[in-house]
Amino acid sequence: MSTVVETIGLTKRYRDLTAVNGLNLKVEQGEVFGFLGPNGAGKTTTILMLLGLTEPTSGQALICGFDPTQQPLEVKKRVGYLPENPGFYEDLTGCENLLYIARLNRVSDPEANQRISRLLDQVGLSSDGDRPVREFSRGMKQRLGIAEVLIKEPQVLILDEPTLGLDPDGAVRILELITQLSRERGLSVLLSSHLLHQVQQICRRIGIIVKGRMIVQGELDKLGSAILKERQWNFLLEVAGQADGIERELSLIGGVAEVERRGGGWRLRCTRDVRPELVSLLTKKGLSLLQLRSEDPTLEEIYLKYFREA
Amino acid sequence: MSVVFWKELADHFGSRRFMILLAIIVLTGLWATYSAGQTIRQDAENMPTEFVFLLLLTSQSGALFPLATFLGFLGPLVGITLGFDAISGEYARGTLSRVLSQPIYRDSLINGKFLAALATVAIFWASILILVIGLGISLLGFPPNAEELWRMLIFTLIGIIYVGFWLALALLFSILFQRTVTAALGSLALWLFLAIFVWMVAKLASGLVVPNPSTPEQLVQQTNIETIISRFSPSTLYSETVHILLNPVARAFGPVLQEQLAGILPTPLALSQSLLLILPHLSTLFALVAVCFGISYVKFMRAEIRA
Repeated sequence: MSTVVETIGLTKRYRDLTAVNGLNLKVEQGEVFGFLGPNGAGKTTTILMLLGLTEPTSGQALICGFDPTQQPLEVKKRVGYLPENPGFYEDLTGCENLLYIARLNRVSDPEANQRISRLLDQVGLSSDGDRPVREFSRGMKQRLGIAEVLIKEPQVLILDEPTLGLDPDGAVRILELITQLSRERGLSVLLSSHLLHQVQQICRRIGIIVKGRMIVQGELDKLGSAILKERQWNFLLEVAGQADGIERELSLIGGVAEVERRGGGWRLRCTRDVRPELVSLLTKKGLSLLQLRSEDPTLEEIYLKYFREA
Repeated sequence: MSVVFWKELADHFGSRRFMILLAIIVLTGLWATYSAGQTIRQDAENMPTEFVFLLLLTSQSGALFPLATFLGFLGPLVGITLGFDAISGEYARGTLSRVLSQPIYRDSLINGKFLAALATVAIFWASILILVIGLGISLLGFPPNAEELWRMLIFTLIGIIYVGFWLALALLFSILFQRTVTAALGSLALWLFLAIFVWMVAKLASGLVVPNPSTPEQLVQQTNIETIISRFSPSTLYSETVHILLNPVARAFGPVLQEQLAGILPTPLALSQSLLLILPHLSTLFALVAVCFGISYVKFMRAEIRA
């Protein structure tokens, strides 16, 4: 696998603010990389530097081996960029907007028309291509944006908050489209977002940026198990029947550090696997078990952990 | 660049504001020419025998401005209208970062936009000229001669350059201010200042330097100061240029002393002589366009595009 996007000590300083501070980032060929961070962490600034839309104060970015400040055109030929809230020429139709972008990429008109009808079909806009964009809903614009970045047949997609402000159904459809594209065409995708569960669904590797610094970067599973190792066992327990006073007995089991009421059940923080003891206790008390499950580390946990450490 | 050019040109011609401007200027222009033509017909004995056609553009009839002045006044408006949202509008719509992430150089975007607007203006001006010539032939009953045609053609070219300056200025403002409204108001304010207030400033300043002119020398000095200050405005440059070009008899800018006129025959100048006279003005106008464009380049090439 080769590296498609790489930054080395990328830094951007505004007058009195360091927006991005010594950022090192790597995106491999064909993967979907989740670029996470709270609002104002420097995600968009990093993306702008990757595209040569703003110049880094120091450090270097390389996309497919090209430096965006030195050879912007080579980079822009290979990268499809979907900004946050993509705007279109409202008086033109969806097709005309796409055609303009295709022409800017020197795609010949017959070829462009073929690609447009194929892409509109793919993003589910084939019946709306001849309507002016001003009549488009937000989700439609977002999908048109995806079609637009694909029209130049890029090697890398950079998507800035592609699901922001979409309804859940629309968001899922966009995410499915992205995964499908990445799989079918071997596209590398850099997906910036602060919506964690969505990133968790489609990204294999993530990087978390806080206050301009990349705090952690790596595969989602490995980051999860790293957290799993140091943290205690957490269980969620729910029972049916007369459960008065069970809290005290639960806390008496060796290894249970904390019992906390949560919803209809309890959340147990333990230092070891106490599931056998739990089950035998419940049987002794004549209670029936509704659910007992261990909490897997979610991205949210990973995120919060590193976010707090920063 | 040609892609941007054709798209912008199509946008201009399809836009509503262009239609409105076109309607205003063509209607008023036609009316001005028509009434000038009527005046010439009614007062034919007192008219000079040469360059009658040019009178269509310059003679004042009743309350209406002559066409040349009129175009000089509305030209900046056309330029500003076509230019003020060139870049700021793309910002506002969020299209700028999308367009600039395509494999084109940034300057081809500005160049394409500027040239498309300039082409629009040129088509505009040329069609007005053709209308005037047509109307003139039917009103006066004879066609313009070659020199009149040449002078009108050059008048059109100068008009295009003049509007080009306002276009470049509006483009600059649209880059400096990311908000469309600010860009529009900024260019309009500068236009008002340069077209109207500069005269007052010139009068005021010359009055301060030479308070009560009593000798001819002082009077000349006062007028000179006034001229110099007012020539900072491209509007002055334009109106002086047009004056010389459309009045072949005119042979100098500003006031002329009695002694200077001694021995001069009141014959019209040859076209080349008139051109020689306006050459400094023309090159200044050109330079102004270049300066505006230069600043736009410097600003835009390195600007951060965060839409």
